[in-house]
Amino acid sequence: MNLNKLTIKQAHQGLLKKKFSAVELTEAVLNQIKRRDKDIHAYLTLTEELALSQAKRIDKKIANKEKVGLLAGVPMAVKDIILVEGIRCTAGSKILENYIAPYDATVIKKLKQAGAIIVGKTNLDEFGMGSSTENSAFGPTKNPHDLERVPGGSSGGSAAALASDQCIYALGSDTAGSIRQPASLCGVVGLKPTYGRVSRYGLIAFASSLDQIGLMARKAEDVQIVFEMIKGKDEMDSTSLNPLLEKTKGEFQIKDLKIGLPKEYFIKGIDPVVEKIIKEAVSQYEKMGAQVMEVSLPHAEYALAAYYIIQPAEASANLARYDGIKYGLSKEASDLLGVYLQTRQEGFGDEVRRRIMLGTYTLSAGYYEAYYIKAQKVRTLIKKDFIKAFEKIDVLMTPVAPTPAFKLGEKIDDPVAMYLSDIYTASLNLAGLPGISIPCGQVGKLPVGLQIIGQQFDDEKILKIAQEYEDRSL
Amino acid sequence: MKLKKEQVEHVAKLAHLGLSAQEKRKFQKELSAILDFVEKLKQVKTEKVEPTAQVTGLENVSRPDKGRAKTKQERKKLLDLVPQTKDGYVKVKTVL
Repeated sequence: MNLNKLTIKQAHQGLLKKKFSAVELTEAVLNQIKRRDKDIHAYLTLTEELALSQAKRIDKKIANKEKVGLLAGVPMAVKDIILVEGIRCTAGSKILENYIAPYDATVIKKLKQAGAIIVGKTNLDEFGMGSSTENSAFGPTKNPHDLERVPGGSSGGSAAALASDQCIYALGSDTAGSIRQPASLCGVVGLKPTYGRVSRYGLIAFASSLDQIGLMARKAEDVQIVFEMIKGKDEMDSTSLNPLLEKTKGEFQIKDLKIGLPKEYFIKGIDPVVEKIIKEAVSQYEKMGAQVMEVSLPHAEYALAAYYIIQPAEASANLARYDGIKYGLSKEASDLLGVYLQTRQEGFGDEVRRRIMLGTYTLSAGYYEAYYIKAQKVRTLIKKDFIKAFEKIDVLMTPVAPTPAFKLGEKIDDPVAMYLSDIYTASLNLAGLPGISIPCGQVGKLPVGLQIIGQQFDDEKILKIAQEYEDRSL
Repeated sequence: MKLKKEQVEHVAKLAHLGLSAQEKRKFQKELSAILDFVEKLKQVKTEKVEPTAQVTGLENVSRPDKGRAKTKQERKKLLDLVPQTKDGYVKVKTVL
């Protein structure tokens, strides 16, 4: 039995029945990391000591017949943009290379209380800015299915760690597709919850009206278990909330489900093999009795352009805090301005500086109305498109990404080509909707993911729909 | 839209980013390409549309305006992260 490949429930049962201990389970994962990660580079920091001490505590509880929850003793990974107290948190940036997190993010607090075992911090595009993990200041992560290809990004380390059995589940964050796209490219399940359902306290801010913590696992059931644990309003994040009614709770039947296929998502730019795989997956639901119909999201083609104004604008404001004064890299200079200029020149990578400048430009006098306000208006139209579509249907199904994993280096010198990786995912962040990526086929050895988009707060529903597919296609 | 070199310099200054001459040329080209890409928003009619800044409809979320004294350990953790301190304060170069 390969302990590092277990699902959460399998691990839980094994621990309770004393087939193995939490320490053994943790060691199995740590050993896999030692075997595989020199080739993949999914992890930036290993927290072996913390993991083993957490595991010992769980073993003691089990030995004392204390009640332990589903996540107790189960090893997991954390994207290195979420704070774990006392552990380095780099955000993939030189500017935070030696930053030691002074507190736990709310999600980490909740998971620690649930007995989770944190094995390490995973690689990412700097501050989450990228779709390939190549923008990490500490070198790229490789796709476990083909080491010459990218794992996607920005949560590429988390996705690659899972796809190579180096953890049982992993936290990520998603601003335009940063959970769903790497999940798709690595063949794992990835959930971006509805904006506000999971606290962002302790997530290093990138674009605050779009950022959302979520997670990945190899099975939708595991994603659902962890989501239950981390969701909920948090006093420390004033944008977090509980839905007014926990309306769906997954109480519905696939045969009553109406699935919409947005016609704008199936036009030029999509790999024909990917399109075929997506349509086959949708037809699986049809076979289960769901009704499928074409819908229109007329402003879909403007989503990415609106996103690439709003997100850099928010990023340029959020990243103003890295000034070499309070924490992080600090360069010596003769005056204060010199400290700022040199610290930020040396500390930030190209993509980050590109976006800071773009955001500064679109927010500057004379351009604010033409760019930023315009993009916010288009955001309204995009949100309305979804609301209108959901009058007729329950969920949307789309590709996650237009192609399977691309080669390392292929898009790194062409920012706009890289941005197009998020063409099917960014609109959900603009509208605040939940989306899940589930593996539904392969092009050669490269995985392809199906995106299921729910209405605002329908996270439980899309998780259930994802599980039904998994159960049927086993 | 082609950005001029002076515009790149102006934006870098506003953003407190140091740039080498070579980087200025590189960003001039790349930023122009991105601005060309977002140009397509001009095609969308938005005269009567309200802008969206946030999506959940929450308004004026408030909490008691109450500070909390940090413990000694919390203070130390934060100050340990500061590049330069003096007597428990953050040290900054002369501003004026």
